[in-house]
Amino acid sequence: MRYIEQEKVVRRMNGRMVVNRVFQGLFMFATALALLALVILLYRIVSQGAGHLSLDFLTNFASRFPDQAGIKAALVGSIWLMAVVAPTSILLGVGSAIYLEEYAKKGRITTFIQMNISNLAGVPSVVFGLLGLTIFVRALALGNSILAAGFTMSLLILPVIIVAAQEAIRSVPGELRDGSYGMGATKWQTIVRIILPAAIPGILTGSILALSRAIGETAPLIVVGIPVIIQFLPEGVMDTFTALPMQIYDWSSRPQAEFQTVAAAGIIVLMVVLLFMNSIAVFIRNKFDKSY
Amino acid sequence: MRTSVQELIAKSKDKKSKKIIEKLIPILLFLIASVSVLTTIGIVLTLIIETVTFFTRVPLSDFILGTTWLPFANSGAQFGIWPLIVGTLKITGIAIIVAVPIGISAAIYLSEYASDNVRRIVKPVLEVLAGVPTIVYGFFALTFVTPVLQSFFPEIKIFNAISPGIVVGIMIIPMIASLSEDAMSSVPKSIRDGALAMGSTKFEVAWKITVPAALSGIIASVVLGLSRAIGETMIVSLAAGSTPKFDGDFTGSIQTMTAYIVQVSKGDAGYGTTIYYSIYAVGFTLFLFTMAMNILAGYMSKRFREEY
Repeated sequence: MRYIEQEKVVRRMNGRMVVNRVFQGLFMFATALALLALVILLYRIVSQGAGHLSLDFLTNFASRFPDQAGIKAALVGSIWLMAVVAPTSILLGVGSAIYLEEYAKKGRITTFIQMNISNLAGVPSVVFGLLGLTIFVRALALGNSILAAGFTMSLLILPVIIVAAQEAIRSVPGELRDGSYGMGATKWQTIVRIILPAAIPGILTGSILALSRAIGETAPLIVVGIPVIIQFLPEGVMDTFTALPMQIYDWSSRPQAEFQTVAAAGIIVLMVVLLFMNSIAVFIRNKFDKSY
Repeated sequence: MRTSVQELIAKSKDKKSKKIIEKLIPILLFLIASVSVLTTIGIVLTLIIETVTFFTRVPLSDFILGTTWLPFANSGAQFGIWPLIVGTLKITGIAIIVAVPIGISAAIYLSEYASDNVRRIVKPVLEVLAGVPTIVYGFFALTFVTPVLQSFFPEIKIFNAISPGIVVGIMIIPMIASLSEDAMSSVPKSIRDGALAMGSTKFEVAWKITVPAALSGIIASVVLGLSRAIGETMIVSLAAGSTPKFDGDFTGSIQTMTAYIVQVSKGDAGYGTTIYYSIYAVGFTLFLFTMAMNILAGYMSKRFREEY
């Protein structure tokens, strides 16, 4: 008995090669489509908004008149928001990561916290807004202040920072740790002087990426009641404020076509801020990319 | 005067403060780590407590069985959740139709066909696509996709389910593509090499070896994408309108659960009104939907994982 019928194999070979080619083309086409979507998106926004960009746009407050509308209050507000979110979320995130990686005993509680973190990452941002509205705005009576919005955003990005920091800490090789203990250092000394310095590039990269998510989030801000039209700059964390995505949302949802141009210009500003933050992250990743 | 190393060590060992720090730090860090657990408890408690208040005013059966959502009516307001669920499902359905074929195809292309150079370019670009804020996608849906669709199908209105559905699909492509690609890349090379050595074409390897072996990861990525689409807020708030409808119409204005929460938060629904509490009931429903999806995804990737 013959195991392979050579004629049959030869006969079917061409067809199989054609199928392979066709599907290769299809898969490539699908990938190209996804990339094309990004190109169209960026092109549309730049071509729509570039005309409205000027120094006045950056230094004017919001206005009823499209040609005078500026983004000053939103830009400054977003910076204030980050000034609250960055320290809060990084402190909580890195602290949690150190606990989980260095102190927690592998057991039920650790598994539970870990599972909780990954579930928290899947909760829609609008639900975090409801949490912020109830706890920070009403129960703690922070009102629609920078602090209330900042705490809400910090909790939203906390899971991302914890996971990034955990990975960074885990990638610090065991020999460094053993070396430090061998020299008589205590656990905390080892963490502060050996592990954290080695893990900092990874922690920073992850944190910046998480912060760039927070700076583009709109839904939680709407739910906690952040206003849009603001004609002054905040002077402290208890003041109310507006932020870039809120301002863009307001302009986009206005019926007048002129405001779409203003919205596109606002999006360009937001995307430039994001690009800036991401390039810092990439720079840190490349600069400090030590492989042990 | 110089002190010997031994003396230094002895001195530092005597320090009380150091011992206290070593004891206190783990407790402090444990408290920090519990913030994430407290957040979950906070979310669940807030949603439950405010939802219960809502149900003291609107009967539970009206909420889960009703097919009319008319919260702003002056008299006889109705709170039947189904129109909002149907709106959410319309968006999610279109998004999945767009994202699953493209996302999985891209994943197969990247893991099976693409050279290292292509992969090095395409993957970061997909990451950029994933990092675009949803408000930007919403603006894109409203000012570009809708007009383009209207020029082909004049019956489509300015607010509709199709355009935001497509754009939500574009938004979740990177997620499905990268998670599926991770699953396919973790299929051992030896299995692929075996099939190739037997004379399989690359397509046969992808279709009969890699995809079945990575199926749990691929399905998990789709379920996570679903969960993302259900919870997506800004795209639908901007481009899908605010008309809760219990029908099969895709061309006109609809409303999703998330868009309702935004609509109420934007207007000044006074604290303590039934409308105010209704956003928690809707939020709780939304939370249950996404939670079910996330648990399912976790289960899928654990239960059907093939070990090599």
